[in-house]
Amino acid sequence: MKKQIKALEESCLNSSAPNEPSTTPLPQYLLDRSNPTNAKALSSAIKNKRNEKAAKFSVPLPKVRAIAEEELFTVVQTRKKTAKKGWKRMINKPMFVGRDFTRRPVKYERFIWPMGLRYKKANVTHPELGVTIQLPIISVRKKPAKPNGTIIEVNFSELGLVTVVVEVISGRWAQITNNCENDGCVNA
Amino acid sequence: MATVLPPPSKRQRTEAAERSRAQQDIEEVPSDAGSLRLQFYDETTGLPIGQGPVLVPVADATPKNLELLLNTLQGHDSSEYIPYRFTLPIPSKASTDPITTAFPTNIWKTLINPGLISTEEVQNISAAPQAVFKVQAVSRCASTIPGHGEAILATQFSPRSSSRMVSGSGDNTARIWDCDTGTPVHTLKGHTSWVLAVGWSPDDSRIATGSMDNTVRMWDPKTGKQLGNPMKGHTKWVMSLAWEPYHIQIPGKPRLASASKDATVRIWSTNQQTIEIVLSGHKGSVSCVKWGGIGLIYTSSHDKTVKVWNAKDGTLAHSLNAHAHWVNHLALSTDFVIRTAYHDHTGKIPESEEQKVEKAKERFLKAAKIQGEVVERLVSASDDFTMYLWEPSKGTKPVARMLGHQKQVNHVTFSPDGLIIASSGFDNHTKIWNARDGKFINTLRGHVAPVYQCAFSPDSRLLVTGSKDTTLKVWDMRTHKLSVDLPGHKDEVYAVDWSPDGQKVGSGGKDKAVRIWRH
Repeated sequence: MKKQIKALEESCLNSSAPNEPSTTPLPQYLLDRSNPTNAKALSSAIKNKRNEKAAKFSVPLPKVRAIAEEELFTVVQTRKKTAKKGWKRMINKPMFVGRDFTRRPVKYERFIWPMGLRYKKANVTHPELGVTIQLPIISVRKKPAKPNGTIIEVNFSELGLVTVVVEVISGRWAQITNNCENDGCVNA
Repeated sequence: MATVLPPPSKRQRTEAAERSRAQQDIEEVPSDAGSLRLQFYDETTGLPIGQGPVLVPVADATPKNLELLLNTLQGHDSSEYIPYRFTLPIPSKASTDPITTAFPTNIWKTLINPGLISTEEVQNISAAPQAVFKVQAVSRCASTIPGHGEAILATQFSPRSSSRMVSGSGDNTARIWDCDTGTPVHTLKGHTSWVLAVGWSPDDSRIATGSMDNTVRMWDPKTGKQLGNPMKGHTKWVMSLAWEPYHIQIPGKPRLASASKDATVRIWSTNQQTIEIVLSGHKGSVSCVKWGGIGLIYTSSHDKTVKVWNAKDGTLAHSLNAHAHWVNHLALSTDFVIRTAYHDHTGKIPESEEQKVEKAKERFLKAAKIQGEVVERLVSASDDFTMYLWEPSKGTKPVARMLGHQKQVNHVTFSPDGLIIASSGFDNHTKIWNARDGKFINTLRGHVAPVYQCAFSPDSRLLVTGSKDTTLKVWDMRTHKLSVDLPGHKDEVYAVDWSPDGQKVGSGGKDKAVRIWRH
């Protein structure tokens, strides 16, 4: 953002029409044109283009950090007292399992998603309208270490919002803004 | 930045050596190839020539023989012989419309054998009459003449001979050069700011210069002295100048139109150096003014309109609104003939005033008449990447919209025979269009930086373009390919002009030296 402002300033500096003969003479078809001939503006424009290409889909979020296994999973012991194997894991962070989630047969399931930590709905605040609505979550997009900051897709269709292209928006991205484990609900 | 090919690799060298050693067989046209059916169409009017298709044996179907055939069909004898340029449409795989290509010398090899054309269908050949005299492509820099202290912004050759050329520069002077010897003749001092526009009067008697100091000055090309006082009146700098055509003007009282950034066009009476008429109506700076031969003045402006004015009283006749951004340049189909008046390629100048006016009028009518009607077409080039072809006397709706450039179109020009339009733009391309209906013909690619100006040779066979990449390129209009590459300038080329007698090309640019190119 700062880079964009700086680039705009640099190119604006060049746009003044050369009224005095002291600047380089130009033929009449080149007068009044703000060709960014300044080397500095040109080089920074090229640099910005390169950076832009590299980070096309970057979201201003902290990078996703791999969550340590110990933090995420709790070991669940299986079997009876004699042959206790510890290959089952129970996830102890808030999660979203999807609408049609069914558990694997108990003998084969590796991961347990406790029902208490499953969330289906999120309280979404529309930034401009200022209204908070409870909307069902469709999917999870990006998962940084904490739930605070995840991007989730919510089902907007109940609102009946229409875009300029006259289509009903069904899914919209929202970012979780609270620490769900502490609050017991998902705010986005 | 000349286009230099890399030296041939070892494999290419051995192949070339093999080829030169072995005897090549010439592909003979088989004797049973049959005959082509050809129907000739006149390119200026679109009407067929002759009654019905003509059968020509394939072995004899070369452009030269076709020229002979066409001249005999039309009943011209040897004194009226007109050379022709032939094009024919061949179906293309890429698009449904046929591509128009030049008629090849060996039609059997290139078109019939590969199966693109069959001898059983009637081929519609478009014949465009060419100028009787031929201009040879300029190939070398005859002289580099330094002298200006700053970049050269505008150049123009004298209509009478190619030995005199005037160039306007950022050092507040205009200079007249002797192009045969490569020496400066006169320095026209007087302006107090950059000289943006120069214009030679059609009778070769005066030079007008327009400058950033808001004045227009008149000079005598023979003595180099200023004629009279600077013509003041504009409040901002002068963008463009246009002389009244010789066959219209009241004898002895030539008028001049100057277009300025202050959104007005002023018509000066050059003898008294007073303003006759002020054409106001534009809302933005007027980028180009052209004085047409049928009594209309055309102006283009940064307010996206082209306005047509009556030259007699200065009233607005039409306003042509179609562009979406600044209109940069205008070109008239009769531009070349208005610029040269009674000077033609023979070099003979009539004796008396009446004869001069008559000859100028005759040349104008010959160039402007299509099927008996005097038609003056106008093409406008704009910053919105498009151009429009207008016929202002017929109405305010454009005849054609010419799309294709990917950046602003800076300069547009008609060929002297009025058949082709060439446009150069900031997207490094020069595009060729058919002047009759505005259809796209071809793109000339080769420059690596914005092409600033282009100029046709007087026989319309060659086009020279000058660009920001410091080179000039000469293109052949028959094959639409690069003919000669002219490197040599040390910095951007701002202005190019081809002398009306076809012998020289003059160019000037940021490197402050005028270059004259000859064959």
